[in-house]
Amino acid sequence: MTDKLLDVRDLAVSFRTDRGWIPAVDSVNFTLGEGDALGIVGESGSGKSVTALSLLRLHAERNTRIEGQVLWRGRDVLKLSRGQLQQLRGSEIAMVFQDPIHTLNPVLNIADQIGESLRIHQGMTGAAARRRAIELLDTVRIPDAARRVNDYPHQLSGGQRQRVMIAIAIACQPKLLIADEPTTALDVTVQAQIMELLRQLRADLGMSVILISHDLGLVSEFADRVMVMYAGQPIEMAPVDALFDLPLHPYSDGLISAIPDLDSDLDRLPTIAGSIPEPTRRPAGCRFAPRCPHQKADCRNTVLPMLEAGGGRAVRCTLHVTDKRAVA
Amino acid sequence: MTDATHGVGAATPGPARVSTNSPMRLALRRLMRHRSFRVGLVMLLLIVLLAWAAPWITNGTPNATSVRVRFTPPSLDYPFGTDNFGRDLWTRVVYGARVSLWIGFTVALLSAFFGGIIGVCAAWFRRLDSLLMRIMDALMAFPAILLAIGVSAVLGPQLSSVIIALTSAYIPRCARMVRASALVIREQDYVEAARISGASSLRIILRHILPNCLAPLLVTLTFVFAYAILAEATLSFLGIGTPPPHASWGNIVAQGRDFAVEAWWIMLFPGLAISISALSINLMGDGLRDVLDPRLKIEG
Amino acid sequence: MIKLILTRLAQAVPVMLIVAILTFVLMKLLPGDPAVLLAGEGADLDKVDALRRELGLDRPLLIQLGSWLADLARFDLGRSLFLNQPVAEAIVERLPVTLSLAMVAFVMTIPIGIIMGMVAAYWRDSWVDTAVMSLALVGVSVPNFWLAILAIILFSVTLGWLPSAGYVPIDEGLWLWLRSLIMPAAVLALFQIGYLARMTRSEMLEVMDQDYVRTARAKGVSELRTVAKHAFRNALVSVLTVSGYIFSLLVGGSVVIEQIFALPGIGRLLVQAIMARDIPVVQGTMLFLGFMFVAINVLVDIFYTVVDPRVRYD
Repeated sequence: MTDKLLDVRDLAVSFRTDRGWIPAVDSVNFTLGEGDALGIVGESGSGKSVTALSLLRLHAERNTRIEGQVLWRGRDVLKLSRGQLQQLRGSEIAMVFQDPIHTLNPVLNIADQIGESLRIHQGMTGAAARRRAIELLDTVRIPDAARRVNDYPHQLSGGQRQRVMIAIAIACQPKLLIADEPTTALDVTVQAQIMELLRQLRADLGMSVILISHDLGLVSEFADRVMVMYAGQPIEMAPVDALFDLPLHPYSDGLISAIPDLDSDLDRLPTIAGSIPEPTRRPAGCRFAPRCPHQKADCRNTVLPMLEAGGGRAVRCTLHVTDKRAVA
Repeated sequence: MTDATHGVGAATPGPARVSTNSPMRLALRRLMRHRSFRVGLVMLLLIVLLAWAAPWITNGTPNATSVRVRFTPPSLDYPFGTDNFGRDLWTRVVYGARVSLWIGFTVALLSAFFGGIIGVCAAWFRRLDSLLMRIMDALMAFPAILLAIGVSAVLGPQLSSVIIALTSAYIPRCARMVRASALVIREQDYVEAARISGASSLRIILRHILPNCLAPLLVTLTFVFAYAILAEATLSFLGIGTPPPHASWGNIVAQGRDFAVEAWWIMLFPGLAISISALSINLMGDGLRDVLDPRLKIEG
Repeated sequence: MIKLILTRLAQAVPVMLIVAILTFVLMKLLPGDPAVLLAGEGADLDKVDALRRELGLDRPLLIQLGSWLADLARFDLGRSLFLNQPVAEAIVERLPVTLSLAMVAFVMTIPIGIIMGMVAAYWRDSWVDTAVMSLALVGVSVPNFWLAILAIILFSVTLGWLPSAGYVPIDEGLWLWLRSLIMPAAVLALFQIGYLARMTRSEMLEVMDQDYVRTARAKGVSELRTVAKHAFRNALVSVLTVSGYIFSLLVGGSVVIEQIFALPGIGRLLVQAIMARDIPVVQGTMLFLGFMFVAINVLVDIFYTVVDPRVRYD
């Protein structure tokens, strides 16, 4: 399809370690249209950040293998030359990372760090880039921008640093913003402000956004569609409302019931027994089977594709799907 | 909004990770897989083997002179040639290995031992810290080789004074390194726990602090070993190290210096021996550092 | 920031005092009685006693230490036993040689060492890395006195390109000065180049794993610029800290190198004084060098506060 901004096909990522190549992520398929907001949800170790980073090939190249296709407006990102990739990064696709303490360069000032992408991608001169940097700081609502622009990261609070990160990301008005756990390292009140900012920027700039989080609640308030990942694979893909109405995968079900509900008076939250298997110890069939309350005899051995579930939904489980048709 | 991850799988612990390997064995396995460590180890073992077998693979008399064969170039009879006194250089270089390796190793061990004690004391007994560290700073102000020259000058040219001189030069470096690691460890929760439960200082130091300083100390020790071999050679070269007629690589080079043009072999082989030994130990040090403590910075 | 500089200066004072006391104690342990040495062999006891009184060697040790420290405060390091000149004068006379040698070696070390380290880090695990790092490893493993002799044989004796010994003051011509120093400085620098290259590489590798380097890549910054600007600026802080240390090591190493290339510097003065048991000179030289090293450390610390914004504003 041509109206797709991003089309990820059979993405698989593995890392080289002491013990050889270890698969981190596989069978990732999804598409993203212009202006879409997709949430990717999963526990740590589910492969959501690995997926996000491979969209821009940000893993250390010498010990990472990425297979499949990442089609950005029809061009495969994985096949781009270094120069083409650098043109894409920061200008068309930008990224915001988790921990704003370490993601900003401690020895460069804010003006330099924001201005850099402007100088690279838009050929701005130093003075122009600086003026634009101040505007951007205003946009992400950092007070007294003209003065703060000379600051170094350590002079800012955690929330302010994340605002600066966002300013860097939106500097060149990207078509797609990938936000990898953008609020995880922040205080709860600051979290809400940052999410509000992202929501507004998305509306103002008409960007597509991929929001990656372990927090299904957070994602549900932001995204239109959610992709749930488990042990290196997507296991369910659904519009947010549909997912909450009826999660088709027992794992998604577990995630949703684990969100605290202010109206309920349960003493403790229901939890899913067990933990996510290590990459080298993943079951052959359904990776969730060992923890699944609905486990059937052949679950552990049958390798399932994502199954069509109607209403734009897909799931890697047969529990609620009668017509077993793989997603095209 | 609460963190969903904490909900998931928090109730029961996951399948226990079966670990058949202690950290030590794991480190050892990774070491043996480390290419430069392996190369260094093999080279050093070879040198040690030669030094050990000296009486059988040489003529056994490093100081025996023979006027008839002065300045013999390397040949089948004299693989490394002979010097101005007609002494067999192969024999002298192999016996020199004993002196150089022994001094280097002793210096490394003693520096690590005393440096370790001083470093731990400075980190644990905070009142001693500034005094001990100011003294170490004062000693550190001098480059090791200079301090060794000074101490060696005071003590006169003997084997023992070379060892004392070099040890006193490297103690501050080990002490600083151990203090830095010990300061980090003393803030760990398990040390706090031990202190609250009434363990004595000595017990905490022996059970918690020291074992955790061992890895960086071992890496430092290895590099000190290499530096000490170079430094001993330098002192001996200047004439304030291992005194003649003891064969030491440094003093053989010094002696060959006067004949460097006509009888190049006198100075060439001991110099190569120094280089190869230092190289092999540095290679091992690199391996140890990569495996045990990649962030460690060593100051020569 | 000014407060920080003052604190560092204040901290240096006790270190210098300890250096002074250490030097004094060390020299008191030196075998040989300066009075006997000075009086010459076979001199009668009265003359030795008189000399001893004159030199103040008959007084209690603490008094001697006190008066020595008092002299120090007036930059008086005593008189050489053999050179027939004050120690301070002997040192000042020879200082330009040692400083020239160390400076030339320093100017070689810093760029070459840093570039080698960066090149190795940039092409990490490739043959370039292996080649550059092998070279660096050889640098820290080959004894410089031996290399010096080999260099003399090659460049002076065989090729006749460079003088094998001697120093030409800079006012006799920049080129002649440089020519007299180029070989000794290169030999002296080799160890430090290897050391700096190894240290720069590991520092760069550590920095290149940091999140902010990934941020730079995500911005579309080119790989070269990522390494040269984002990573290197951070690595530079620790590289600069060692550069002061490297200068100290170069001065320390010049003791040996001056000896081989017959350069009349402080190192040669020290070795000759040790051989002759010229205690005031040994003492004075060690002390002077010690003070110089402390001063270098203070300068580095101050410089450090200027280059690292995190320290600058705290």
